[in-house]
Amino acid sequence: MGLANTDIQSGSSTEQTDGNIITTTIDKVVNWGRKNSLWPMPFGTACCAIEMMATLASKFDLSRFGSEAIRFSPRQSDLLIVSGRISIKMMPVLKRIYDQMPEPKWVISMGACASCGGVFDTYTLIQGVDQFLPVDVYIPGCPPRPEDLIDAVMQVQRQIQKGELPKGSEVAYNE
Amino acid sequence: MSEEKEVSEEEQPLVLQKLQDKFADALLASTEIRQGVAVVVNKENSYALLEYLKTDLAYSFLVDITAVDNSKLESELMQYDYARFMVVYHLYTYEGETSRIRVKVPVHEKDLKIPSVTQLWKGANWLERETYDMFGIEFDGHPDLSRILTPDDFEGHPLRKDYPLRGRGERESFNFEKQNV
Ligand code: SF4
Repeated sequence: MGLANTDIQSGSSTEQTDGNIITTTIDKVVNWGRKNSLWPMPFGTACCAIEMMATLASKFDLSRFGSEAIRFSPRQSDLLIVSGRISIKMMPVLKRIYDQMPEPKWVISMGACASCGGVFDTYTLIQGVDQFLPVDVYIPGCPPRPEDLIDAVMQVQRQIQKGELPKGSEVAYNE
Repeated sequence: MSEEKEVSEEEQPLVLQKLQDKFADALLASTEIRQGVAVVVNKENSYALLEYLKTDLAYSFLVDITAVDNSKLESELMQYDYARFMVVYHLYTYEGETSRIRVKVPVHEKDLKIPSVTQLWKGANWLERETYDMFGIEFDGHPDLSRILTPDDFEGHPLRKDYPLRGRGERESFNFEKQNV
């Protein structure tokens, strides 16, 4: 089975190749490839990270969705998973890591702490990383179950397949 | 506090007797709690007492250094000449029957200096930095008394009772450029 673009291959789509060619657009193919090979950058700072590890391990197995290639270098990844508490001392580090990721990039804010500070309504804890980062998908829960993280990754995949820009790029375009 | 009882002369643990012999004037209070001993000592003699505990009485393991802000605890304030802070040392020994001892030192807000024990225990380094960061106690003779938990440009000492729980706006409006990453 081959994939081809109708515009490029329009002349050669004859009877012999009927049924062997799926016509599509470049965008669709790119998005399809992109969504099934999201490379996450894990930013695990607390208990939620344990659930993230469980999601990656064999029982839940995030590789079924093409996201098993965890990169600890932000320059090789396109999905930032913020899982855990972010303190005021950690926030500049997180921001720098986000800035180092190449476009296009998506951000998942996992758990109550990353999304809104959770139960830690104190001087040192950032009350939601979305004050400083464009977050695409939030996961509620303390901690969220691995299924929730898988659901969030699939949500990102749906956004990509639809051709929606990540929040970060929208911000960049609008500025 | 029901476990605390004033120690009567006869059945005192050996360490307490020794401390009372040697530091009779410096000890402000002493209690026996469960299997341990707690003493309150004045600031001038705190280093000497800790050194004595370490070198002569084999309390070789420094478990923790921390402090307490008593500013909202009138009963405790009255007892120690309205000293706002109490610096607390937890020591442990592997020998003898009284394995744990707690040494408390009242510190006035006017004069936050207290001798550093980094000369006695290397491990005191970070513990004293933490106590400085959280309470503002200044440890005299510490090799590098800088903040350890909060960012370097942080202002105030957050475990003091007058520090607002939700902070002074640092969590909403901190400056990315100012922070060294
Ligand atoms: S949301 Fe709950 S599980 Fe997640 S980091 Fe916060 S406290 Fe931990």
